[in-house]
Amino acid sequence: MKKTLLALAAAAAVMLPAAALADGHGKTKACFIYIGPTGDFGWTYQHDEGRKAVEAEFGDKVETAYLENVPESAEAQRPIEAFARSGCNIIFTTSFNYMDPTNKAAGKFPDVKFEHATGYKREHPNVSTYSSKFYQGRYIQGQIAAKMSTKGVAGYIASFPIPEVVRGINSFILGAQSVNPDFKLKVVWVSTWFDPPKEADAAKALIDQGVDILTQHTDSTAAMQVASERGIKAFGQASDMIKFGPKTQLTSIIDDWAPYYIERVKAVMDGTWEQQDVWHGMDHGSVKMAPYTNMPEDVAKMAAETEAKIKANEFEPFTGPITKQDGTVWLKEGEKADIGTMLSMNFYVKGVDDQLPK
Amino acid sequence: MDIAVLISIIVSVAVSATPLLLAATGELVVERSGVLNLGVEGMMIMGAVAGFSVAQATGNPYWGALGAIVVGALFSQLFAFLVLTLVTNQVATGLALTILGLGLSGMIGEGFVGQPGIKLEKLDIPLLSDLPVVGPLLFSLDAIFYASIALVLAVWWFLFRTKTGLMVRGVGDSHTSAHALGIPVIRIRYLAIAFGGACAGLAGAHLSLVQVPQWTEGMTSGRGWIALALVVFASWRPGRVLIGAYLFGAVTIAQFHAQASGVPIPPQFLASLPYLATIIVLVLIARNRRLTMINTPAALGQPFVPDR
Amino acid sequence: MRLVLEKRATSSTLLALTSPFIALALTLVAGAIMFAILGKPPFASLITYFVDPLTDPWSREQIIVKATPLILIAVGLSVCFRSGNWNIGAEGQYLIGGLFGAMLPVLLHGWTSPLLLPLALIFGMAGGALYAFIPAVLKARFGTNEILSSLMLVYIAQQVVDWVVRGPWRNPQGMGFPGTKTFTDNAILPPLWANADAHYGTVFAILAAVVVWFALGRTLKGFEITVLGQSPKAGRFAGFSAAKMTIFAFVVSGALAGLAGISEVSGSVEKLDDKLSLGYGFSAIIVAFLGRLNPLGIIAAGLILALSFIGGENAQIMMGVSDRAARVFQGLLLFFVLACDTLIHYRVGFVRAPGGLKTAA
Repeated sequence: MKKTLLALAAAAAVMLPAAALADGHGKTKACFIYIGPTGDFGWTYQHDEGRKAVEAEFGDKVETAYLENVPESAEAQRPIEAFARSGCNIIFTTSFNYMDPTNKAAGKFPDVKFEHATGYKREHPNVSTYSSKFYQGRYIQGQIAAKMSTKGVAGYIASFPIPEVVRGINSFILGAQSVNPDFKLKVVWVSTWFDPPKEADAAKALIDQGVDILTQHTDSTAAMQVASERGIKAFGQASDMIKFGPKTQLTSIIDDWAPYYIERVKAVMDGTWEQQDVWHGMDHGSVKMAPYTNMPEDVAKMAAETEAKIKANEFEPFTGPITKQDGTVWLKEGEKADIGTMLSMNFYVKGVDDQLPK
Repeated sequence: MDIAVLISIIVSVAVSATPLLLAATGELVVERSGVLNLGVEGMMIMGAVAGFSVAQATGNPYWGALGAIVVGALFSQLFAFLVLTLVTNQVATGLALTILGLGLSGMIGEGFVGQPGIKLEKLDIPLLSDLPVVGPLLFSLDAIFYASIALVLAVWWFLFRTKTGLMVRGVGDSHTSAHALGIPVIRIRYLAIAFGGACAGLAGAHLSLVQVPQWTEGMTSGRGWIALALVVFASWRPGRVLIGAYLFGAVTIAQFHAQASGVPIPPQFLASLPYLATIIVLVLIARNRRLTMINTPAALGQPFVPDR
Repeated sequence: MRLVLEKRATSSTLLALTSPFIALALTLVAGAIMFAILGKPPFASLITYFVDPLTDPWSREQIIVKATPLILIAVGLSVCFRSGNWNIGAEGQYLIGGLFGAMLPVLLHGWTSPLLLPLALIFGMAGGALYAFIPAVLKARFGTNEILSSLMLVYIAQQVVDWVVRGPWRNPQGMGFPGTKTFTDNAILPPLWANADAHYGTVFAILAAVVVWFALGRTLKGFEITVLGQSPKAGRFAGFSAAKMTIFAFVVSGALAGLAGISEVSGSVEKLDDKLSLGYGFSAIIVAFLGRLNPLGIIAAGLILALSFIGGENAQIMMGVSDRAARVFQGLLLFFVLACDTLIHYRVGFVRAPGGLKTAA
């Protein structure tokens, strides 16, 4: 009962526009909508680490809350609004399909700030979008794969053919071909982000088809476990999965949302929050690599060098010459990909042994 | 394709088929006794979470498997009490068991999400596992796989070669005549349901201890329903359950191979293939009336209240 | 001691009316125990769960929104279940209803005719009915088990919708993400009042419930449904065809599930995307039984189940109670409802086990 009253009081505070914030009395409340369980050890887990970092940074000046397993699309409307009504000052919606409900809620609650991850719609001034250039890490993985593979073929377990996943696949093969121009990539689409037994079956099929390195763009650790059982090497996804394959994991792309979340919550506290659209990469520390393990010294050295170059913005994976899978030239020597093509990427580059499903 | 790869593919089919085979064999006995339990999915997922958590607590995956068997059997008794003692509708009660199992397992397993589990390692049978081809194919798999094969043989022998098995089938064909002959209808059905629960529980443990040693919510993802379909597919014969489970496993694995070797078919079509195949087989089986009439338990799904 | 049942000469009217409430009360008691085990204050948790959402207009509206598809689907299921046809695949019919309904608004995007919305709704119903016709005809013609075939069709429907929104119907301006173009205004089901989340789907749900309630109780078709459901043999003597009834019940139920699908697509999502399947078709099975297969009871049951969803979110926000608790509640509720129904038809008594020791009292 007490908590309910508190919540109602908090809701009332939101009705008085920004007053509570301006005097610096009320705590700033940051709320998070998650697609999976916080313990998925992938995507949601990393967002929740970001939430914890916000708590650690601001102590009792901030209050956080989250909802797990929130269904996407129209069903997300209600929980987002419930958060806005319960007195959240800033709400992070952390999956692509929260895009439309986030914008709808933003229209109804102009005094609450909304931050939508991986989307592109900003229909109201209180909506920002943010994402990370995970594909930068894929390039490094591709280079490592080409060095470590004896057969010259890697397997890629993919979730859904959306631009983010396609970018990852392309970046991986570009990295691999920078080491071995004949490197091949086999792709299996499992049509799920999270179904461990299914991901495991796909991993086994790929290994039986002759790949000797596995990578994935799905969120469970199943592929890592299968790889270690079959004695081949693999890459982790979204978080450090080393404990699922201590002798298997080469490295892993780690999504680090903490710097961004701290920055944005601080902006709300200071009253300096403004709409923006950011796509940060390694340069901002939002994409990191797990330690380079289970590989010879020289391979680790090469990986670390590429990482340093990307970090310093001296190198960008999608730089020409790049040929599309159908043989047409996409980027000429030295040419860089434009952001529109990057964000809506729906074609493979040369070397991918698969047809992009529609 | 060289022989080693072929063996490895067949082994992955076997691994994929084992939980289906176990759960379906258990349900076969339940249905032979005249009860339709649609709660297989729920019992299976309870087995998966129980197997994982007991293995974590004891450090021994075999205790985990045992825990899954016990939990599956106990959980099934909830269903048994409702449909046998309170004579509730079997279809609805089975669904309730599935819904409850999915929710409850999620709650129990909350603390285990994202933890590496303990794998039930392969059991090499000495000497035999060194044989070429048949060694790795038949004698170098996990203990639950061996159990599943043994179970099919045991169930066949029990149902068709023992007096008690005859009684079970009698109860399933006509509970009123069985009751008149003094056969304890209700007690036999309680035991059959418990057996079905135990098998479904072990099937769940195969997912969380062998296939992927971890716990994830809803990790059975519809396998319990496939097991139910397999029982009809097999027209209530244990040997045909074996064939059906392996066929289904093969279709599941084949879709990934088709993709990995670059067959240009939409993945959505491949993903629906196993379900499409199941429907087609259900139709073919149902059309062949002579085949089904002999084996269908006549009293399946009928409520029974003994007159005192 | 042994529990025995004795059939009542006539079913108890008093218990028929009160049994859902007894079940509800038992669920709450079980829920309190569950909260206590989870280390949450049992009473306060139940208040957050089942009372708080009723206290403000916004939450009440959300309950109505959530209950709408549940009621629509469950009303259709009541026809199926009463006639002894086990349609477990309403989720698939709901999806195909959404798909067919979206056909005109997507393919004729920009068509300004006022006919667009009514046609979309009719297409939606037709889609659901057609998809339900498959297991129905397989059962009527070949005797294929409809529980399994209708369920398998759910998985196939999910894949079909997935393929369509990624492939042929994908919005070219959607940055490569799955989903069709957003419907134009004349294809959107209007809200019940300005800026409401609740849309006209709710009106359809109530209308459907009333019509089916009337048909079941007052018409010959309703009588036929009941007779065939209770005893197929008696139905045959009365000259009713079980095969025709199977087709009829499935088609009605599929059409209503399809209407629920297109109502969600057009009224809430405003486009077809890959996230339409939310399990309403399965939750509606609980609703149908909780409402004792009576369409008016189903309205109340739909609201109660929706309350458990909204309350679950409330409890997660306010007290950090896991969202799985909602599903446990729903499972328990269905168990208790079924168990309490037994009381209507049977007297429950205890007898000493025949072989038990005779001890002095």
